[in-house]
Amino acid sequence: MTDAPLPAARETIRRVREDPHRLGHRDLHAREAIAGTGHGATGPAHKRVLVGYGFWIFLLSDIVMFACFFAAFAVQRGATAGGPALREIIDVHRVAWETAALLLSSYTCGLSFAATNARKLVATQAFLLITGLLGLVFVGLELSEFIDLAGRGFVPQRSGMLTAFFGLVGLHGLHVTLAGLWLLTMMAQVQVKGFRPEIVHRLICFNLFWHALDIVWIGIFTIVYLLGAAT
Amino acid sequence: MFGKLSWSAIPIDQPIPLITSIVLLLVIAGVLALVTAKGWWPYLWHEWITSVDHKRIGIMYCLLGVVMLIRGFADAIMMRTQQAVAIGGSQGYLPPEHYNQIFSAHGTIMIFFGAMPLVIGFMNYLVPLQLGVRDVAFPTFNSVSFWLTATGALLVNVSLFVGEFARTGWLPYPPLSETAYSPGVGVDYYLWAVQISGIGTLITGINFVTTVLKMRCPGMSYMRMPMFTWTALASSLLIVAAFPILTATLAMLSLDRFFGWHYFTNTAGGNPMMFMNLIWAWGHPEVYILVLPAFGIFSEIFSTFSGKPLFGYRSMVAATLFICVVAMMTWLHHFFTMGSGPAVNTAFGISTSVIAVGTGVKIYNWIFTMYGGRVRMTVPMLWSMGFIFTFVIGGMTGVMLAVPPADFLVHNSMFLVAHFHNVIVGGVVFALFAGLDFWFPKAFGFRLHEGWGKASFWFAFLGFWITFAPLYVLGFEGMTRRLQHVNQPEWAPMLYLSAAGVGVLAIGVVCQVVMLVVSIRQRERLRDTTGDPWDGRSLEWATPSPPPFFNFAVTPNVEGEEAYWGIKLKAIESQGLGPEPQYRPIEMPVHSPVGFYTAVFAAITGFSLIWKIWWLAGLGLVAAFAGFVIFAWRDIHEFHVPVEQVAEADRARRAAREALLARLAREGALP
Repeated sequence: MTDAPLPAARETIRRVREDPHRLGHRDLHAREAIAGTGHGATGPAHKRVLVGYGFWIFLLSDIVMFACFFAAFAVQRGATAGGPALREIIDVHRVAWETAALLLSSYTCGLSFAATNARKLVATQAFLLITGLLGLVFVGLELSEFIDLAGRGFVPQRSGMLTAFFGLVGLHGLHVTLAGLWLLTMMAQVQVKGFRPEIVHRLICFNLFWHALDIVWIGIFTIVYLLGAAT
Repeated sequence: MFGKLSWSAIPIDQPIPLITSIVLLLVIAGVLALVTAKGWWPYLWHEWITSVDHKRIGIMYCLLGVVMLIRGFADAIMMRTQQAVAIGGSQGYLPPEHYNQIFSAHGTIMIFFGAMPLVIGFMNYLVPLQLGVRDVAFPTFNSVSFWLTATGALLVNVSLFVGEFARTGWLPYPPLSETAYSPGVGVDYYLWAVQISGIGTLITGINFVTTVLKMRCPGMSYMRMPMFTWTALASSLLIVAAFPILTATLAMLSLDRFFGWHYFTNTAGGNPMMFMNLIWAWGHPEVYILVLPAFGIFSEIFSTFSGKPLFGYRSMVAATLFICVVAMMTWLHHFFTMGSGPAVNTAFGISTSVIAVGTGVKIYNWIFTMYGGRVRMTVPMLWSMGFIFTFVIGGMTGVMLAVPPADFLVHNSMFLVAHFHNVIVGGVVFALFAGLDFWFPKAFGFRLHEGWGKASFWFAFLGFWITFAPLYVLGFEGMTRRLQHVNQPEWAPMLYLSAAGVGVLAIGVVCQVVMLVVSIRQRERLRDTTGDPWDGRSLEWATPSPPPFFNFAVTPNVEGEEAYWGIKLKAIESQGLGPEPQYRPIEMPVHSPVGFYTAVFAAITGFSLIWKIWWLAGLGLVAAFAGFVIFAWRDIHEFHVPVEQVAEADRARRAAREALLARLAREGALP
């Protein structure tokens, strides 16, 4: 079905061979489903499509889990039990730095994947490393916030509000930590095995995960910190 | 060193769990000794434990489910007999703390480790075959899913002889389930068993959504998919949407219990009703996760044994997806008595009544499928017709409960118990027995004995009604659920009747076991040589029985609705199978021990978290991560089945089909 002649540039030919379904490069108005995408009645999808698709479904389920913790936070926001109110425990400046680090890490993560697409090993590793370091800054700042709060006696055991706060923010922090572990594993794999198809599939999934955590953080930043500091 | 674990965890002073666990341990030791003596370990390890074949995994799921159904049924017998003897002055034979563990274990085991593994087992076995593909999207994750579910089942059963199980019901409502009121390890057993198996189920859901949406054979468009596959898709979508809620809720309760947080406590700003909302936002979809694939099984059976295409296929698909969506919008009817106010209760009352419309569409479709068809009264058909009768009554009592004022009168009464057994036994369990009989020849190559199957149906059907019809009456008379002791002597006759019903039901269970033994002994007489013992209509019947591990020698090309029926008609019309296809080597995933490995460390981690053996839990997590890295490091993911092997298997299949055609021609059955 994809009988269009291959473009002349050598780089593009290689890209098309690696991505025979031309994901993201197709004519948007094509009427016919394309073999290997799993669309319509064209038969099973290519492995790359399957892995990405399955990981998207996983991300959706993960976001449902975050939604529960957001809901718990919304319910228990005012349940201070005589303890501090939300605006008393929030240090927006520190959180601004956290946010900056995480958003920047998303950008470098994107750059690492651009380098992966160009099959540049050193650049991929360098940007992955920067991504991981920025993630470390994020987790470090978050930990310092938690330690700071605990030092003032504001622990999750104090009130329902603090439980929901630590639960939601901590769950995200745990995700970033685990993603960091994954990132280290991926760097080792890229170094040892190079850009084999299954490694690239995993890099795609890792990128999706990192960006999804960023999106969740934007929700936390807005709903917990900005609205919390304002009211 | 060992946290809260000590020798006092072994229930020496309680004869019932002690004797049960000794007998269980002896049985397990006996099985292990037999396997060792016969030298079956290499076979078991290579062909089953490390298998990533969806058919093998499906069979293991079903085996786990059947064993757990029997375990849960033993609990049921104890509950019904206890209530029949503990009336008035008598306290019966089960002390309250033990009785509470039994009803909690019964619900937990039946839903999570009986019904769910069976439903997922059917999905595993059938979906790739019905879609005309060779495996699911992520075969190794499929194995991980199964082994995590098995770990959960293991933990629940370990609680029988190390420590105790939860006394808080199948859903551990706080504040009762908080440390203040349940300081023992019972609730922790529940939490980690369900948490671990829930993660397995979530992976299954992701796997099957991807499989159905992205891996169909050429020509298999959505509107050509068999009904069971449609319901499996709807069920998997619900798993993906609902199981994360379970994970989150149980994690919150664990944080409360482990670290004294305040999600659901009744002090310091905790909110117990938040637990009810969250757990039922999972719990209500869970009902449909179970019952939708059951509807799919019935659809296949009604159509096959009526010799007709399913009536109203498109409306059936629409009804399935309608139920799939509305299932997420009815959770509050589980606690109308919370007092959300008339507006909220009315909204959920209406959504609950509306979901019955989708089910009603299905019931009529099944009846019209039979109408004008040539109905064969086989064992699967008996279960299916028994289902229509039972499920319609269960559905109508459900609509009664959906009306908030009526619900206030019978909330948490035996009426409710009768209602949900009416839909879950009548809907899900009947479907599973029907399906076992229907697809058994596909999986094992011989049919099940018909006489014992019919006997088992009639005993189970009558036993079910004798057990649960009295409970409706008792509910109206005001008897609440979960009573260890009954102080109203006038309820005695109905309780006796119900206990007698369990006896009849038990005869049905015995008949099932006898059916299995008799069928295995007479397997040569019951052998299915054609691969199509029931005159089936979907692609699984195009394979030999049992199918080769690669399912299809050549990927089928579907040209219309009811894929296999079309192929069959063509063969009959042309009185031949057509030319032999061009065989090619087939790429299949290699077997992997990662699922089993994950389960071992999940079991160790879960057990040590229950008993607060922190160092061991940490060790388990580190080992799990190491296993994940080792698995990610492997280089060989697939192997090639040589073309000779493919050709040999397919020629045997074609020869069997040719023989069948020749026989039909001899008998003058062909047009």
